[in-house]
Amino acid sequence: MDQHLLSIILFTPLAGLLVLVLLPSKSKDLIRIWANLASFAGFLISLPLLSRFQTGASGFQFEEKFDWIPTLGAHYHIGIDGISLLLVMLTTLMGFIATLVSWSGIQDRLKEYYAMFLLLQTGMLGVFLSLDFFLFYIFWELVLVPMYFIIGIWGGPRKLYAAIKFFLYTLAGSVLMLLGILTLYFQHATQFGTYSFEISDLMRTNLPLSMQQLVFWAFFLGFAIKVPMFPFHTWLPDAHVEAPTAGSVILAAVLLKMGTYGFLRFSLPLLPNASADRTIVQILAVLSIIGIIYGALVCLMQQDWKKLVAYSSVSHLGFCTLGIFSLTPNGIAGSVIQQINHGISTGMLFMVIGVIYERRHTRLISEYGGLAHVMPKFAIIFAIAMLSSAGLPLLNGFVGEFTILQGAFEANRAWAAFAVTGVILGAAYLLWLYQRTMLGQVTNGKNLTLHDMSFREVAMFLPLVAWAVWIGVYPKPYFDILQRPVAEIVERVHPGYFNGVLAQMPRPLSPGGAK
Amino acid sequence: MQLWLIPILPLAGFFINGVFGRRFSKSLVSTVAVGSVVLAFAWALRVILALGDLNSAYTEHYFTWIQSGFVNIGCDMAVDRLTVVMLMVVTGIGSLIHIYAIGYMAHEHGPNFGGFYRFFAYLNLFMFFMLTLVLAANFLLLFVGWEGVGLCSYLLIGFYFDKKFATNAGNKAFIVNRIGDFGFSLAIFLIMVNFKSLDFATVFQQAPGASEATLTTIGLLLLVGACGKSAQLPLYVWLPDAMAGPTPVSALIHAATMVTAGVYMCARSWPIYVHAPEAMHAIALIGIATAFFAATIGLAQNDIKKVFAYSTVSQLGYMFVGVGCGAFSAGIYHLMTHAFFKALLFLGSGSVIHALSGEQDLRNMGGLRTKIPWTFWTMLCAALAISGFPFTSGFFSKDAILIAAHGYAPWMFWLGVVTAGMTAFYVFRAMFLAFFGTYRGREHPHESPPVMYLPLVVLAALSLGGGFIKIPVFLDKFFPTGEVPEDSTLMAISVAFGLGGIALAYLMYVLKPSMADSFADSVKGLYTLVYNKYFVDEIYDAAVVRPVVGGSRAVLWKTVDAGFIDGMVNGVGTLSRGVGDVLRRMQSGNIRSYASWVLLGCVTVIGAVLFFLGGVR
Repeated sequence: MDQHLLSIILFTPLAGLLVLVLLPSKSKDLIRIWANLASFAGFLISLPLLSRFQTGASGFQFEEKFDWIPTLGAHYHIGIDGISLLLVMLTTLMGFIATLVSWSGIQDRLKEYYAMFLLLQTGMLGVFLSLDFFLFYIFWELVLVPMYFIIGIWGGPRKLYAAIKFFLYTLAGSVLMLLGILTLYFQHATQFGTYSFEISDLMRTNLPLSMQQLVFWAFFLGFAIKVPMFPFHTWLPDAHVEAPTAGSVILAAVLLKMGTYGFLRFSLPLLPNASADRTIVQILAVLSIIGIIYGALVCLMQQDWKKLVAYSSVSHLGFCTLGIFSLTPNGIAGSVIQQINHGISTGMLFMVIGVIYERRHTRLISEYGGLAHVMPKFAIIFAIAMLSSAGLPLLNGFVGEFTILQGAFEANRAWAAFAVTGVILGAAYLLWLYQRTMLGQVTNGKNLTLHDMSFREVAMFLPLVAWAVWIGVYPKPYFDILQRPVAEIVERVHPGYFNGVLAQMPRPLSPGGAK
Repeated sequence: MQLWLIPILPLAGFFINGVFGRRFSKSLVSTVAVGSVVLAFAWALRVILALGDLNSAYTEHYFTWIQSGFVNIGCDMAVDRLTVVMLMVVTGIGSLIHIYAIGYMAHEHGPNFGGFYRFFAYLNLFMFFMLTLVLAANFLLLFVGWEGVGLCSYLLIGFYFDKKFATNAGNKAFIVNRIGDFGFSLAIFLIMVNFKSLDFATVFQQAPGASEATLTTIGLLLLVGACGKSAQLPLYVWLPDAMAGPTPVSALIHAATMVTAGVYMCARSWPIYVHAPEAMHAIALIGIATAFFAATIGLAQNDIKKVFAYSTVSQLGYMFVGVGCGAFSAGIYHLMTHAFFKALLFLGSGSVIHALSGEQDLRNMGGLRTKIPWTFWTMLCAALAISGFPFTSGFFSKDAILIAAHGYAPWMFWLGVVTAGMTAFYVFRAMFLAFFGTYRGREHPHESPPVMYLPLVVLAALSLGGGFIKIPVFLDKFFPTGEVPEDSTLMAISVAFGLGGIALAYLMYVLKPSMADSFADSVKGLYTLVYNKYFVDEIYDAAVVRPVVGGSRAVLWKTVDAGFIDGMVNGVGTLSRGVGDVLRRMQSGNIRSYASWVLLGCVTVIGAVLFFLGGVR
């Protein structure tokens, strides 16, 4: 099974979809149960990865490679390293939780809804597994379609505007990215005489800096829109506000990570000189910092609960990109951990909104207040989600933010100083949100009769709470998993980086993952 | 020695009460809560006795917490002589206050979901984080405790969460502390970059080798963090508002333990500061300025807890003066004695408030001396101690600081002495207004139960005699500068100012009660300014809060986001309206049509690739 483990993981949701299609549309419970089983199976089947993954081994593991379209040099080539392992686990778990979240929230066109989700699941996994640019691009585009329909069909009042905006924005980015890919592809062909979309082949291509820079900006648009980085973020609040709860959860927890993952997997290793270019690094770091502060400030002003959390994603993802473009081991490792953290924390925050939205069908903060009186369990869960998002030590957010800021500080002290203000503002908008919704007297009579969270609702939060505590208290396994791939990226962007650092070290330390 | 047991015991109490407390009886909740803290105290005592003279730090390593690149941070705990003092203060005073709280919170139902157990769960959680802070063997674990106590402070200030002012105060405390943490975290990064470690042992050992500029920057950044946590200028504004929490919280967190964390952290980092004289100078300046400034505000407050809150800010200023002048042990000495007498003052005022069913305004008290004698006599001990009455605990520690200040800069001594006079005045003003004269309120005062006044008696004994626990001698070898030389002249001067303050208060509030009002009238402008706390909150609001909030709304969100960026996007969107129409038709809800779209997408990509291929060939 080991040889095809990744393929099994990749296509389990698709297999679930095929059976789902055959189910009668009328029997809603059957559809629900099947969809949940399928996504749960998708999660279970990914668990063996954890025990079989070899921490510290170099290169990719569980690789599968077949010729797909030989004339094009396109391969079905998948595999994982530490970075993609964590993102795959995030995807399978969040995919399952998002399906569970939809249990009572979605009532019409159930079959299509769950079909879209399962398709989306395969698409996202494919993005994180692909080691061939052609395959990657197919999955990348594949993700766009189900998400478009999830927002556009099961969304809120302005769902069409939001869905089209989401679609056009990301499509524009991907088209430019495609141009970048093709440039690389043809450059490779001219140099080696063979056509290949293999990433390992493309990495051998020798590109002049100016060409690297061009390709970098093409990639940048594709990835930055997905992340989203300031100023390409305005699709995100609309998409989040209009999307159904599970859509928002998946969008925030996994979909946005495709952008940051793109930077890590493609921009940095394929275009090392451009990525280390001073101007480019400066621009990206500054955009990240603007995103951090700007997103947080705009959060302060939101009247809409969901929009607030959406803008907080802009701020948090700013930390992730800042970590990447600090080009230090700490920054990049912290960035990956923060990507997971953001999936957990923001996923929980969107689920919190989903719980309350199913009861009151409004997201206006002013409609609430004093909910802690009527929904004590909800108050505790929301508090944990809020604190994990605000980066409280012993919860996940702190570990990621700390390592990113440490990395940023090593690269440029001013960056860290500005970025830290985002941490202050993060506490401000979250605490204020909590105060306005949960604390005080119950001011709105409609809130008096709300029932507290059900067993299913609590159960869907528990794995995420446990994960948040695990990363907060004992993140070492994550750092261990990430050490090798991160070191490889840094070595590629800054050849000799570790020799330089080693020389300054007071005590011996091996960067390459060997203990 | 299982140091981890010390913080874990209260954490277990937190989990037990947090999860099952709702179903527990009040006596079971209090047994768990108090029991866990008392056990932590007992274990700490056992550890300390077993470790002997502790001339060097005893460290335990549990596991590696964060490891990335050259960053290697362990979950390590250590005990040295400074930790011993802190451990005893935190667990000792903590136990007493927990016991007191059983009585104080007995009638407390809180807003919905179980006030009583929620209160004790939070209080135990606080003990866990505070003990982590004290036992931490590196800066990051200290920071864990540091943030954690901030969280508990937030939760407990906003304990009455149905009250807007309480939740506002909680938010303010957390956010102002985070502003301080801005400096603290940058200091951590700078230490990490320079020393490649955050362990106290490694950093302090290498500190002499670093450049003075670096050490000064680190010192100043740490000071920013300390100013937030220990409520020093300009970040003190959260502490007076924090009195919205229940009184045991004010005593434990906002007087005896958490707020002293900044002093502890600066004293702990002495090897950095001794090589950064400018940073030390900054500490001393901020300390003396805060001591004086807060004392003036304390003169005109009518809420009994607010008086003691400003007094706490002021006394913390003294501790900073001690640390800044290089008399680290004097600062810690005062930290300990202050924990005794200020905890007592707060618990005493809690007893007064309890007796009067919630009344906090001094103007509605009076004559309580005979009605609640236990409270009166114990509080009198604390009042004498804070006024520096000879041979009480405050006398020794304050004099140690003032004499060191005189050696550092004589003007600091004189300002400190004037502040001491003001301190004696406002504390006794509160005492006289509450306990002397005739009763002016409507409630029927009743003495508190023994579970409340017995802790007061213990604290009273410590306030009077605690000065004989000679901290400067105990920490003699720990800090670079030894015991402060005695100077009877300076001592006499400061005692004179203290007694003068008491006498003036007696004159104005007991002998001639009309004098206070006529005096206030004669300096009306100044009085209004002080009464309104120099309008600092209003200034911050106008200068910081409103611009940030308003600017975010008007400029960033409405203009940049909705106007500029989206304007461009929507422009593009209008152009592609046609595309949108097509897309809309795709929503047939038919799974096969979706699948065909996906297929079509793939075909398009492949087509595009082939097209380009053809072009090349």
